[in-house]
Amino acid sequence: MFRKLAISATAALALTSGAAHAAGGAGYVENYAFSFEGPFGTFDQNQLQRGLQVYTEICSGCHGLQYVPIRTLADEGGIGWTEEEVLEYIDQNFIEVYDPDLQDWRMATPNDNFPVNDGVGAPDLSLMAKARTGFSGPYGLGINPLINGIGGPEYIASLLTHYTGEEVEQYGAILYENETMEGGLISMAPPLWEDAVVYADGTPATVDQMAQDVAAFLMWTAEPHMMARKQMGFLAVIILGIFSVLLYLTNKRLWAPVKAAAKRGTQAAE
Amino acid sequence: MGGIPHDHYEPNSRGEKWLHRRLPIVGLMYDTLMIPTPKNLNWMWIWGIVLVFTLVMQIITGILLVMHYTPHVDLAFASVEHIMRNVNGGWAIRYIHQNGASLFFIAVYLHIFRGLYYGSYKAPREVTWIIGMLIYVLMMGTAFMGYVLPWGQMSFWGATVITGLFGAIPFIGEGIQTWLLGGPAVDNATLNRFLSLHYLLPFLILGLVIVHVWAFHTTGNNNPTGVEVRRTSKAEAEKDTLPFWPYFVIKDLFALAVILVAFFAVVGFMPNYLGHPDNYIEANPLATPAHIVPEWYFLPFYAILRAFDNEVWVVIAANFLTGGIVDAAFFGVVAMFGAIVVMALAPWLDTSSVRSGRYRPMFKAWFWVFIVNFFVLMWVGARPAEGIYPYIALIGSTYWFAYFLVILPLLGVIEKPLPQPSTIEEDFNEHVGGGSSGTPGSGTAAAPTPAE
Repeated sequence: MFRKLAISATAALALTSGAAHAAGGAGYVENYAFSFEGPFGTFDQNQLQRGLQVYTEICSGCHGLQYVPIRTLADEGGIGWTEEEVLEYIDQNFIEVYDPDLQDWRMATPNDNFPVNDGVGAPDLSLMAKARTGFSGPYGLGINPLINGIGGPEYIASLLTHYTGEEVEQYGAILYENETMEGGLISMAPPLWEDAVVYADGTPATVDQMAQDVAAFLMWTAEPHMMARKQMGFLAVIILGIFSVLLYLTNKRLWAPVKAAAKRGTQAAE
Repeated sequence: MGGIPHDHYEPNSRGEKWLHRRLPIVGLMYDTLMIPTPKNLNWMWIWGIVLVFTLVMQIITGILLVMHYTPHVDLAFASVEHIMRNVNGGWAIRYIHQNGASLFFIAVYLHIFRGLYYGSYKAPREVTWIIGMLIYVLMMGTAFMGYVLPWGQMSFWGATVITGLFGAIPFIGEGIQTWLLGGPAVDNATLNRFLSLHYLLPFLILGLVIVHVWAFHTTGNNNPTGVEVRRTSKAEAEKDTLPFWPYFVIKDLFALAVILVAFFAVVGFMPNYLGHPDNYIEANPLATPAHIVPEWYFLPFYAILRAFDNEVWVVIAANFLTGGIVDAAFFGVVAMFGAIVVMALAPWLDTSSVRSGRYRPMFKAWFWVFIVNFFVLMWVGARPAEGIYPYIALIGSTYWFAYFLVILPLLGVIEKPLPQPSTIEEDFNEHVGGGSSGTPGSGTAAAPTPAE
C-alpha cells in the first residue's frame, strides 16, 4: 500500500506541474546550458555584468526593471559590484527616476528601483525570466521542465536570436516574425546585432553571446537570491538528512524489544 | 479518554496535586500523548503528524508574510516582490509558504486515501471522517484565497473563474457572486476580504484539527487490519497497543524528517516548479491568459466541473426537465461540490461489514482504479477542453461518482471477504515474525509489553 502510494506520489509531483506548464504555447526554445542551472549551478558574475551592460545600453531604451532596487547590484551572489561602482553606474548612465514627491524626474540613488519604462508599452523585465516557459509537457506531464528547468531564460535568449527577418504589416503596425514568440509575430524589432555593445572584458559581442548574457542577467533580476536559496536548500537537506538517519536509528532501537517480543510470540505459537 | 483501558496521569508532588485539583491540564496532555495506539500501524499512518506540522508551518510563515504584505490592487504585487527582494529571508519564507500549500495537499490526499483504503471512515469513526472532510473543504477555500493574494494574472483570473461558479446558481447566483466579491468584479474589495478570510480560516482549521484528534482519541485509531483493539482489560489492550509516546512520536518524526528533506529540496532547487509562470505577471483585468488553470491540487475537481458540458445527455436531460433552470454551468458546479459530498458520505455508502481493504479482494481493485482515476482527472484538468480530453474527463468523473454511489454500496453485498486476524497482536506478530502465521487467539505470555 505504502510503496504503491509513494510511487503514485512521485508520479503526482511530475503530473501536477501539468498545471504549471499548460500555458506553454511558445514556439522554438533552444536549450542553452546556463551556468546557474541545476542544484549546483551558480551565476557567472562576469556574464551577469555583461548582461547588465546589454540591458543598460540596449533593452533599457524601452523596458523597465521596476522591481529591482539599484543597490542590489552590489549584492553578493549577483553582479557583485562595490557601492562605489553602483554610484558610478548611476552617474555614467544618467539614470533618472520619477519622484512623486517632487512631481518631477531626479537622479536615482542606490535605494531607488530601476526606473519604470512604459513609454512604448514594452513589458517590464524584472520578472520576465520567471514569467515565461521554455519547456513543458510532454502531454502536460511536466517531465521536460523537471529535467530541463522551466526555461524562462532559455525562452528569452531564444526569442532574441530567432527572428526570421520577415516583417508583416498588421493594422498599420509592423510585426516581426519570430520562431520563439507565441503566434510567431512580435512587435519588437530585432534588438541585437553583431557588436551592438563593446564588452569591457573583451568577450566578442555576437548576437548569441549578448542574448545569453542578457537572459542570465534577467534570471538574476527575477531571482536575485538564487544563490542563497540553493545554499539554504543544501543546508536544509543535509541537516534534515542527518536528522532522518538519527531518527531512523532511534526508531529502530526503540522498537527492537517490541519486535523481538513479537517474534518470540510467533515462535511460541508454532 | 477513550474506550481503551490504560494508565492515567497521577499527580505526585504537592505542586502537581495543587494544579491538578484546579486545572487538570497536565492530565489532559498526558492522556493525549500516551493514548494506546495499535502496534501494527504502517507508514500510511504518519500523514496526520505531517499535516499538523504543515498547518503550524503555514500559520507561522503566513503571519510573517502578512507583516510585509500590502492588500491593495495597486500595491499587492509589488509588496510580494518587496518580500522576495528586500525583506531579510523573505524569499525563503514566501517560497516555504507557497510550496507548503502543495505539501499540505499531498499529505491530505494521502491521508484521505489511507482512510478510504483501510475503512477508517466506518463506524464508529464517522464523526472523525466528517470533521476531516470539513477541514479539507476549508483547506481548499484557504488555499484558493491565498493564491489570489500575490495579485498575479492567475490570481486574478482564477478568482474570476471560481467566484463565477457561484454566479451559475440559478436565480440567486449573481447576488451571491457580487456579495462574495464585494462588487461587480474581482477588485480591491475582493482582495481585502480574501486576505481577511485567508488569515481567519487556518485558525478554524486548527480548531477543527483539535476536534478531529479528540474524536479519534475517543474511538481509538483504526489500523491496517481494521480489527478493533481488545478492551476488556488493560492487560489485553496492552497486547494490541503501545503508547503514542515514544513509539509513534519517534516513528512519525522520522517520517516527517524524510518528507522535509524532499520538501526543502523542492524549495531550495525548484521552488517554482509547481507554480504557474503567469503569476509572475501582475494582474491585468484587460488581458485574459490563454489558459486559466488552477493549482494542481484543485485539478481533479476542476476536471469534474468542466466534464459536464452541453453535450452530455444527463446535462441535456436536467436542462429539459427543469425547463432550462439547470444549465451546463450549474450542473458542473453541482457535480464539483457533489464529488466532495459523496466522499464525505462514504461511511453510509459503504455497506461492507469488513473495515480494512486488505481483506476485501474486489474492493482492492476498484480502489486502485479510483486512485489512478484521481490522477487521470488531475492530468486532464490541466489540459485544454478540446479533442479527446473532455471525454476522458467525463469518464473519470463518472467513475468518481460510481465509486461512491454504486461500487461501494454493491461491494458490501456481493463481495466475499478474506478471513481477518482475530486480534491486532496476531497481525503484528505475523508481520514482524517473518510471515509465519500465528493461530487465532495465540496471544501468549511471551509477548509482554516492553517497559514504558
